[in-house]
Parts: sequence; structure tokens; C-alpha cells
Amino acid sequence: MTNHAGGVEGLPREKVEQFDRELAPILKRYPPDRKASAMIPALRLGQTLFGHISPAVQLLAADRLGTSPSRAEEVATFYVMLETHPTGKHLVELCTNVSCSLMGGDQLWGYLKQKLALAKAGTTGDGRYSLREVECLGSCGTAPAMLVDEEMYEQLTPRKVDAILEGLT
Amino acid sequence: MSDTLVLSGRWGKPNSASLSTYRADGGYGALGKALGMEPSVIVDEVKKSNLRGRGGAGFATGLKWTFLPKEIRPRYLTVNADESEPGTFKDRYIIEHDPHQLIEGIALTCYALDIHLAYVYIRGEFAKQARILEVAIEEARAAGVIGAKLLGSKDFDLEIHVHRGAGAYICGEESALLESLEGKKGYPRLKPPFPAVVGLWGKPTIINNVETIANLPWIVEHGGDAFAALGAGKSGGTRLFGVSGHVNRPGVYEKACHYNLKKLIMEDAGGILGGRALKAVIPGGSSSPVLAAHEIDISMEFDAVKAAGSMSGSGGVIVFDESACMVRALARLSRFYAEESCGQCTPCREGTSWMEGILHKLEAGHGTAEDVAKLEQIANSIAGNTICALGDAAAMPVQSFVKKFRPEFLRHAEQRCCPFGDHGWGLTQAPQDAVAGPVRYAL
Repeated sequence: MTNHAGGVEGLPREKVEQFDRELAPILKRYPPDRKASAMIPALRLGQTLFGHISPAVQLLAADRLGTSPSRAEEVATFYVMLETHPTGKHLVELCTNVSCSLMGGDQLWGYLKQKLALAKAGTTGDGRYSLREVECLGSCGTAPAMLVDEEMYEQLTPRKVDAILEGLT
Repeated sequence: MSDTLVLSGRWGKPNSASLSTYRADGGYGALGKALGMEPSVIVDEVKKSNLRGRGGAGFATGLKWTFLPKEIRPRYLTVNADESEPGTFKDRYIIEHDPHQLIEGIALTCYALDIHLAYVYIRGEFAKQARILEVAIEEARAAGVIGAKLLGSKDFDLEIHVHRGAGAYICGEESALLESLEGKKGYPRLKPPFPAVVGLWGKPTIINNVETIANLPWIVEHGGDAFAALGAGKSGGTRLFGVSGHVNRPGVYEKACHYNLKKLIMEDAGGILGGRALKAVIPGGSSSPVLAAHEIDISMEFDAVKAAGSMSGSGGVIVFDESACMVRALARLSRFYAEESCGQCTPCREGTSWMEGILHKLEAGHGTAEDVAKLEQIANSIAGNTICALGDAAAMPVQSFVKKFRPEFLRHAEQRCCPFGDHGWGLTQAPQDAVAGPVRYAL
């Protein structure tokens, strides 16, 4: 592993304090002796506060949940919505599974790549967008669909995609 | 055939997700009734109702509940809201439009089974739905519907929490869901023991799908026999069928369990887009074996679809018109299973990637007739040889697509290209005018 940056000590102190404040109510959802159950919400919180789940953030979550760093790493690397590497400012995730592609999702994938000048999934040179294909979003009746920064947009058309991306700060 | 709407009757009404409108429509009346009943009587009503799991397996809910060991406490309830099977998009609408119906169903289930802690495991991509559900639970807690007492009177404490996943299809598999809820990667567990015996944190745990649980208020209010009478055979009640793909009116339709599949597609969903001919239908989510156009005049009741060689599964109906390439579609589905295989069992981990590779090769025009045979061989080697059902789920589409559309697969090899050219996904373009969703058409 790289990028330990001195472990938890390398993380900004005020953000670690914020992490602890916001983790407290999450921990109340689980029995006191089952804190490790909060691994996904804890890592998601870390991702929100620190940008991505670096090894240091994994160590922080493992420490606060009283479990091993390997447990944190196992979870951080298993779930596709947990980012272990930096992403662009906005994350654009288009579904190209069957129901979406039958309604133009695959064409929209081509459109998005062209629009963001990307040959394949990845991050734009200016760091503003990360684009990737994702699996079924449960929006098959309102296809095609995508997530932008974890919010769902449905019944997409090229013009609608333009408007959504232009509306981002 | 009944036109009763058990689940979607309140969808689309103003503020349908709020506690006040739910109560104004008689909501939590069933819970009030239940608190005057013996818990075992509620379990008996569920058994009589012929309610079967709506997540995909169609297992009898009342029977599942009887697997709980009598003496062990605590027991837990986990509601499966990890709706991720391609073609399935129904549970989200229950949560969006009528979350209190789900909460009342949870309260009824917990009261019936002496459970005091319930989790709703919702897929990470449903951020909005998770927020709606959390607001509704907080409303119910603040109003004393749940919490230290039920409905502010009955000495029965109940806590409900939302646990949001983070993107993994496998976590819809119930034992992987438990692993995930315990803060681990979603590796399915060997069964037996089943979760009802050894579940969350090693304790007896009932896992039911959102739609399954949302039926409970109606069953308690009207009785198990009345629910059974809405359906047919061993499948009681109505179901939420999601129709997607090449139809004029995609959406969720609440119909009797034994509603006719062809009627659902051709009448309710408005028939095939562009007036083209129907080619194929996946009747119960992407894992269920595909049906050719001439095979769809069947009841969607679980056992009837099984008799027709497929599965009613999650009720997700995907429709392909004649302009779609079945190799292209199967290649995409196989990519899905390769992507979502957790990697625990060798046949699934390796086999799903091999199938994806061969299908990609065929679709690109580099495949041979031997590749088609190899595809079937791999699928047959995965099926039945894995810890969980994802292996079978990956194998069934391959086996059925090749069996029913073999000439199309062979044509890809013979012509050394996709006969559909650049239009593998059919002639439908992305819709140009968005309409407000969700779309629902009652009987």
C-alpha cells in the first residue's frame, strides 16, 4: 500500500473531528458491540469528507469501528460506489445495461464520451468530470438513466444530458 | 380477474409518502388491529394468504417464517431493498410513493415474530429513496408509531434503521446481504444453516423483499383467505410487474399474480414500439430464461412460468422487438454477471468472464460455431456448482438465448459480423420528449 501519508495523523485534524462528530449518530443504528457493521456508512462519510478513501481513511474507519484495517480495505475495494482513488469533481455514471440500451443508453454512452472528449471511461483533463458505465440502476421503466454525484436522472436524451451537466456548479 | 390494488393504490396522490395522508387513508389501521391479535394468528393468516417472496425466488413467506427456532432471541428482520436485478424497478416506487406501507408491514412482521430490531438494506444507488424512507421512519418514530411502544400504546419496542449499500448486485443475495450488513464484503455464505436459523450476527434472521413486506397491512386487514383469492394456485395476491424495453408504455403495473404475460405487454404496456414485431421476452428479471415471441401467452403465476421453462422471478419483464440483436443483448448481460460475480467460487468467477469474452468475440464477428458450443459448455459447468444463485443466474440467460436463437448466434459466426450492423440494440432511438415518471396503469 502507498499513500499512507503518516496514517491517520496525516489527515487534516479538523476533518477528522468532523468525521467523529458525524459518525456518532450513525453508530447509534447498530448494537454497541456491533460497531463494525457501520463500515460502509463510515467509509462513505470518509469519502465525502476527504474526497476518496485513501489507506489513511481506511485506517481511520477501522480504528473508530474497532476492527482491522484489512476489513476496511476489503470493503473499500469491493463496492463500486466506494472510491479508493481520486475522481473528478463530478462523477457521471451511465447505465448501459439491457433495458437502458434498448432505449438508447448505448448511444448516449457514445454521446457522453464525445461530449467530454474521452475515448473511454475516465477523468477529463481539467478534472471536472469522471465518466463511467455502470450496471442496472433500477430505472428500467424510465430508461435511459444515469447517476451524477449519486443523484439519479432518468428518461435521458442528449439535450437533457447537456442541461444536467451545464447545471452543475 | 380482480382489479384490487394492494400495493400501488396510493401512488401518485399528493404527499402520499407522508404519515398524515397515510393515516387519513386508513394507514396503520392494520397495525392497530394486529395489536389486539395473538402474534401466532398473524403468522397463520400469512400462511393462508399464499404470499410468496417477491424478490425473485417466490418462496412461501409464511413457511420461511416458521423456520425461526422457537427459543432463540434476539431475532432480527432485514428487509431487502437491494433491487439490482436488471429489468427490476418496483420496490423503489413503494418506497418513493408509500413508505409508510412498508413501515407498517415491517411493524406487523416484527410484532408477529417477536422481533425488535429491523434493518432495511437499500442499494447505494437509491440515495433519494433512502432519504425518503429515513424521513418516513423518523416521522413514525416521532409520532410514537414505532419506538418504545407500538402505536403509543402496546408494550412492544421496535427500532427500524436504513442501511445503505454501496454498489454490489451480489448483496441482494440474502446471505451476502447479511455479510454486508455486518460490515464486510458481500460474499455469500454456505447454506445451510439458513439465515432464519443463523443470520445477522449469528442470530435468527428473517429476510424479506420490500414488496413482500408491503403486502402485510392488506393481509392483516382483509385476511389471508381474501389475499389468496386475489391470485391463483399457490400464489396469492397481486404483484408489481415492471415492463421495460421495446414497449410503448414502459412502467410498473400491479396485476393479479396470474395475469397473462402477453396481455401485459400487448395491452397494458401498449404493445411493441414502432409497430414492429415482438422477438423475445425476459419474463422475470435478467436471470430468468428468455421466452421466444410465441411462448408468451402464459399466466405469470410462479409455477405457470416455471412450467413454461422460465421464472417469474422479480417480475421484471424485458421486451425485445425484431430489430434487436440477441447476441448483443446477451453479451451485455454476460458482462453484467462477470462484473458482479463476487469472485468467491471458481466456476462463476472464471466462467462469467469467459462467457463475456466469447460473446464479445461473436458479436464483433470473430467467433466460430465452436465458440457457440463452448459457450453452452461453460454455462452448463457453472450452473449448480456455486455457493449462491449468481452462478445459475449467469448461466440461465446464456443457455436459453443460445437454445432459442441458435441460428442468430451461428449467423454471427458465418457472416463474420453482426447481421444487425450498428443497430444491435434495435431501431429505437432515445426518447426525445421526457414525460413525468413513474408511469403506472391500473387495470
